[in-house]
Amino acid sequence: MNLILLSVSYFLASVLFVLGLSGLTKPKTARRGVGLAGVGMLLAVLATLLHQDIITYQWIIIGLIVGTLIGIPMGLWIPMTKMPERIALSHAFGGLAVALVGIAKYWSHLHVDGELSKFFMGAIGFEVVLGSLTFTGSLMAFGKLQGVISGKPMTFKGQNQFNFLIVVSSLVLLVYLVFHPHLSTAFFVMACLGFCLGIFLVLPIGGADMPVVICLLNSYAGLAAAAAGFALDNNVLIICGALDGGSGFLLAMLMSRAMNRSFRNVLFGAFGGEVGGDQVATQNKPILQFAPEDVMEYLQGSSSVVIVPGYGMAVAQAQHAVRELHELLEKNGTEVRYAIHPVAGRMPGHMNVLLAEANIPYEKLIEMDEINPDLPKVDACIVLGANDVVNPSARDDPKSSIYGMPIINADAARMVFVVKRSMASGFAGIDNPLFYKDNTRMVFGDAKAVLQNIVSKLKEAA
Amino acid sequence: MPEKLIFGFYIFTLSIFVGYQIISKVPALLHTPLMSATNAISGISLVASLVVAGGKYGHLSTMLGTIAVASATINVVGGFLITDRMLKMFKKGPKS
Repeated sequence: MNLILLSVSYFLASVLFVLGLSGLTKPKTARRGVGLAGVGMLLAVLATLLHQDIITYQWIIIGLIVGTLIGIPMGLWIPMTKMPERIALSHAFGGLAVALVGIAKYWSHLHVDGELSKFFMGAIGFEVVLGSLTFTGSLMAFGKLQGVISGKPMTFKGQNQFNFLIVVSSLVLLVYLVFHPHLSTAFFVMACLGFCLGIFLVLPIGGADMPVVICLLNSYAGLAAAAAGFALDNNVLIICGALDGGSGFLLAMLMSRAMNRSFRNVLFGAFGGEVGGDQVATQNKPILQFAPEDVMEYLQGSSSVVIVPGYGMAVAQAQHAVRELHELLEKNGTEVRYAIHPVAGRMPGHMNVLLAEANIPYEKLIEMDEINPDLPKVDACIVLGANDVVNPSARDDPKSSIYGMPIINADAARMVFVVKRSMASGFAGIDNPLFYKDNTRMVFGDAKAVLQNIVSKLKEAA
Repeated sequence: MPEKLIFGFYIFTLSIFVGYQIISKVPALLHTPLMSATNAISGISLVASLVVAGGKYGHLSTMLGTIAVASATINVVGGFLITDRMLKMFKKGPKS
């Protein structure tokens, strides 16, 4: 009876998860969708608590309480600007849970049940390697995003060969274990290699490539869960793992396409951070500078404004100041829109969440391909903490290392204001010809401070 | 055992197809909530952790299982809460 109840509830949970994700295809239905998925989760967990193999609840309750106590603040209080860090951390927890389940299952089959089939061993092996590399890799990504570890790519000689060696040796151990499952030393060495692999895979990846890395880690976490599903003969785990793994992989592909880079290049290229070949004479070229009041005057006479937000907006927490400017300009009859580059920020959709948080209606957030044809008709384009995603070199200079990356054609607007702290180069470490164009005015300062300054000048003038 | 493997791959492959179809239709606007939602959903590994933590498989299993339960619960609770919190913020503007 219990078994039927369990299967039925897992089946319903799977259906609810798929329905929930389909809700996310539209902003209107998204909330309801996630609610449905939540119901599915509750159903699956409650049914599992009646599982015949569970004899003591003491440790389960402790785990649930600890998890809830940490989960609630992670859900409710983390500021939206910290979303990439938060997502990286939750991938780490996901990977850890799966890896530990794998290790515990192996241990108990080895000592209690005594049966280790080839199939079980293979699935557990994948589960543990993927889970452990997701755990340490995500912690590394978290550290880099948080600034605990340098965001610059860290490389050493023969790094790719070294990583390749770890991958090959863990695979060899996995195959060996399939045929000799009782050699527990091999199992634990394999698990350790998985943990090391996560560290060394993320070490050489620079800050600007984080969107791709976070998506890939999402994918690994999903695949690890799917492997757990194979090992435990649990279909809902296979389904969720496949959905999660597929979603992460798809997003990673979208992200790397938006940077015109291949996976190989992102993972093994150690791109971004250090000085390359194409940005020498930065200081010598003349630039035109504007003070906030000049910007204010120009904006007063503009009928359409496009704002290009970037990671700098998140760092300066400038999204609420953006909304204030938005409201004042709209009152003045100016049309305000936002041009969102797919890799602006540190994770997919980062900018959209920040602007939504500041109460900016989502139909004002326009994707790159849609806004580009409109930009020549725009009076003013405000580049706010973005750099590489508006770099014309990507379009015009075949020698540039970012050549071919699709960009927002900010330089096509009648006037471009670049709000920036200094003339330092972007995360790709490349000079940006946009700064020296005739129709560009540099506005130096912290994004939030500059915007607040413009806003107060606008209020005075009104 | 091979039937189990083939059946598992059935489910895995079909889920990948379904997931691909759905997720490629999610607008870039909602990519962050999508990530946190899939994250919350993959907290389903909680069901496996529960059985490990509550079963009679020895101390090591109980200990690892309890940590796994806590980690997975963080993702389930935190994941659903933050996704809902984010989606609440996406509003349509006044009709113009």
